[in-house]
Amino acid sequence: MRFYSKIICLIVVSVLFVSGCGKKPEQQNKLVVWHWLNDRKDALDQLAEKYTEQTGIEVEFKLFFPPDIYAQKVIAAARAGNLPDIFGILAEKLTIASFVQAGHIPNLLPYMNADYGRWKNSFYPQTLDVVSFQENNTYGAPAGIYGVPIDTAIMQFVYNKALFKKSGIDPDTPPTTINEFINYANVIRKDSHVYGFTCGWGESWMLNCLVTEWAINVMGEEKFLKTISGEIPYTDEEWIEVFSLFEKLRRSGILAPNVTALYNKESEDSFARGKAAFSFNGSWSVNVYRQLNPSLDYAFFPLPAVSTKHPVKVWGGGGSSFMVNAKSPRKEKAINFLKWITAQQQQKFLAKETNNLPAIRLSKEDLPEMLQTTIDDLGKSTHPNVWPHNEDSRVIEALNKGLQQVVMGIKTAQQIAKEIQEVNIRVSK
Amino acid sequence: MTEYTTNNRFSSFSFIIPALVIFAVFYLYPFFYSFALSLYEGDGISTMRFVGLNNYKTALCLDREWWRSMYNGAFITFLALTLQNILAFALALGVNKTVRTNKIYCTVFFILPVLSEIIIGLLMREILKSDPGVFNQILGKIGLGGFASNWLEGEKTALLTTALVHCWRGFGWAFVIILAGLQTIPEQLYEAARIDGANAWHKFTKITIPLLMPVLSLVFILTILGTMQVFTMILALTRGAGGLTEVPVMRIYNHLRGGRLIGYACTEGVVLGVILIAVSFVTLYISKQMRKHYGVLPN
Repeated sequence: MRFYSKIICLIVVSVLFVSGCGKKPEQQNKLVVWHWLNDRKDALDQLAEKYTEQTGIEVEFKLFFPPDIYAQKVIAAARAGNLPDIFGILAEKLTIASFVQAGHIPNLLPYMNADYGRWKNSFYPQTLDVVSFQENNTYGAPAGIYGVPIDTAIMQFVYNKALFKKSGIDPDTPPTTINEFINYANVIRKDSHVYGFTCGWGESWMLNCLVTEWAINVMGEEKFLKTISGEIPYTDEEWIEVFSLFEKLRRSGILAPNVTALYNKESEDSFARGKAAFSFNGSWSVNVYRQLNPSLDYAFFPLPAVSTKHPVKVWGGGGSSFMVNAKSPRKEKAINFLKWITAQQQQKFLAKETNNLPAIRLSKEDLPEMLQTTIDDLGKSTHPNVWPHNEDSRVIEALNKGLQQVVMGIKTAQQIAKEIQEVNIRVSK
Repeated sequence: MTEYTTNNRFSSFSFIIPALVIFAVFYLYPFFYSFALSLYEGDGISTMRFVGLNNYKTALCLDREWWRSMYNGAFITFLALTLQNILAFALALGVNKTVRTNKIYCTVFFILPVLSEIIIGLLMREILKSDPGVFNQILGKIGLGGFASNWLEGEKTALLTTALVHCWRGFGWAFVIILAGLQTIPEQLYEAARIDGANAWHKFTKITIPLLMPVLSLVFILTILGTMQVFTMILALTRGAGGLTEVPVMRIYNHLRGGRLIGYACTEGVVLGVILIAVSFVTLYISKQMRKHYGVLPN
């Protein structure tokens, strides 16, 4: 008898245990948004409250930080079929294509085109390009728009105006060529005992942005894209010229010490405290610098050119975009919320509160002062998500590591070009 | 009689069910699932393409960076096995004699392993930075400025620095385990040996080492497993220094992070796991042979 009662107890406990693992009942009037925007948390929460007041629909912004961890969480949730109503994908375009192919995110084109394309036309086209797939794209995704940009970003150089003045350099004429850039950095470094240039090159994607901009300037976008599609090797002379720029930077002595181990946050901190003359950062840094040092006197400027043969392109257009969970029972509500958050009033609020470039066209007066000139450069932006192909992540890894080693003085431009090409050949097999 | 036996067996078995379930769910299942994933290519979101043993061929034969990370891990492990454990052993021997104060030493030496690896990494990075590095400045002040170096990014220094920081952090726990082992050796044995005329060296080689062998082999295995999987401290200290200090787990993490190399990352995980299991068995075998040699275990 005792034996059977034990078995019954075990079954009861197991049933209770398993029933505890069930899903909580869904709330029809609550939208859950996963995001990684640490510096925009308060503004987003305020918008969520406002939306609840206006519509009665509760919106919960759940922050996951740092972005690396957030990116993995979203991919893991997709694999487990556990995505929230709204989320962002922090990954290359191939991964966005996988989300589309798996049916996790719906095509928003019909919603964007409704009302004579009013919603679609409100955006800067570059911001939509990064979340769109064209017909017959190489990613194999059906054509459409799969995300809603809520802001945009541009990678540019920044300089400390106060340090310029101290060295007697006109603070309104930033360098336009690489040689000028190195000269200015060296003068300021010696005069003010600061670093010439700091950047978060411990995060290799920062290196990748810069090398991409210089590569496009040196060889032109067409040849650059031909390298990605495998038609031109990384051992090409112009690629070696691009890699040599990093040797030149190292030899010039302007780089902050241990720059290849710096996180971008550390580099931002260093620049905000006036410890470096120049940095390379995204337009989001306006908000970061304001928080770190409100009195910092600085400005943005485009890439110091290496060549005059090809125009300078800036890495940009891709900002923060949100996707809708296609399997969410609140899909329509989620789309309506994204429509609302990208409306003019909310975008003005976000631009003002977070000092980020808006995703939709606003008049210059509505933009943060620091970024009023920067928005003009959006026209010359480029981004991996708008290229017809993405480079294999193993090649990018080899390229980023190689550049780190060049900056550290361990390898030459020729050596890393050869190594990158070896990886390129291996993965293309 | 039969009913009693079944009942008894069931009761006994029920005690190990929770541990068995946890082991199966959190250890066995992930291992076999990782192995299954290692045979595929893709991101696991839409489609995964079966590639058989292709990932293994790449990892074992073609991927030089993978073997470089293995070498880095092995180098740090070698220093941990020798330098770290010899230091821990020497300190434990010294502290074992100072009965009154050994708890203070235990506490002091154990502070480092208790601290987060990230904290140790960031702290040491600030100290070892090349400019204005605290360590380089100290070297300058004591007249050794000529030895100042780029500790975190130098081709010859980055890996050595990383290994030394790891050893510095890790010697505390080895010290505590070895000290605990030393304290289990009965004092009478030393007393008897002394009466028989044994000197300190004889006592050390004929009593301390043989009786400590099980503890030492445990420390060795844990050092190998722990060091080959070290990751967070290096991430904070050098972020891999362009591959100079990249270790296997960091490489696996980087490949998993992108999402597209999930199969390859699992392959690397399986390869590392198999190597560690093999090394552990070899260490156990050597330890057993040594215990037989010293007469602790029967031949």
